[in-house]
Amino acid sequence: MEVVNKEHLQQLIDRFANKDVFIHLETTNGAYAAHFNEAVFNAGAFIRNVKLRYELGKVVSDKPHRVGLKLEHGWVYAQGITHYEVDELGRLLMAGLDYEGKLAVALQISEQPFAY
Amino acid sequence: MFTDERQVLVVFPHPDDEAFSCAGVIRQMTKRNIPVTYACLTLGEMGRNLGNPPFATRESLPEIRRKELQQAAEAMGIQDLRMMGLRDKTIEFEDDEKMVKLVADLIDELNPSLMITFLPGFSVHPDHEATARAVVEAVRRMPEETRPTILAVGFANDTVEKMGNPEVVVDISDVKMDKLAALQAHASQTAWMIAESEKREESADELSNNWLTSEAFYVIKH
Ligand SMILES: [Zn+2]
Repeated sequence: MEVVNKEHLQQLIDRFANKDVFIHLETTNGAYAAHFNEAVFNAGAFIRNVKLRYELGKVVSDKPHRVGLKLEHGWVYAQGITHYEVDELGRLLMAGLDYEGKLAVALQISEQPFAY
Repeated sequence: MFTDERQVLVVFPHPDDEAFSCAGVIRQMTKRNIPVTYACLTLGEMGRNLGNPPFATRESLPEIRRKELQQAAEAMGIQDLRMMGLRDKTIEFEDDEKMVKLVADLIDELNPSLMITFLPGFSVHPDHEATARAVVEAVRRMPEETRPTILAVGFANDTVEKMGNPEVVVDISDVKMDKLAALQAHASQTAWMIAESEKREESADELSNNWLTSEAFYVIKH
């Protein structure tokens, strides 16, 4: 993955618009967060391979970036996106890596379902 | 210790769980030609450490960790490594009976005299807890005289306070380098940690004290 190039990422997001796509969306501060620091309130969310279609996708220039997808009846968004790539299967993988290189958020878009 | 085991069955959810908790004991047993099977339920697909700059993506991490697991198994002398194909962070949401059956089927096939897993209630990660529950329940359902001994790893902050000191403490200094090799094999998970500890080791000797000289277990009583 490379550090986000906003214009390039915007083009890639546009490429998946108005198509049926599978989404992976994840936020996490790690299963051990409250073990290492009992003051941490541990929360996160994960969906994988939900099929949807967005009419408009936008990456905002603030760093780390926010990426939002407008659906016919709703929304998907992720904040904290720092890195991206199109992998060898043509999937758009976006991730927010914290200062230690740990994934804090992921938003991935694919025309084929992701593995299990 | 454990010189006359017939067959050992190790069940953990994540590649690297075994390296931290019992790689030394496993190596001591494989050195004595005791057959050890390691059933690793997931490939740690949801591991957070991707590096910055990143060395992996959410989608490429599982293959990296599969190879690390195979390399770690080699370092521990494990000849029977089973990757069970579940997904990281989802074990507790699987059907509980399916999980018990997964373990029971392994027990039926292998007839272990000793099992190693986590200690229910004191293993911090939801996958660890769900794995330990399935193992304990599968064994509890067996006729008493056929049950394997279960060695259980607990590391929650309140483990010693609530459970007392572990009943079994094994000196593993003779296989220290093999355990280090197993930890190093899981580089995607341990590289930064080992680097940190090596820095500290000059003064505190922390890595060797914590991981490389002894391993501690509770014995599960039914
Ligand atoms: Zn684990």
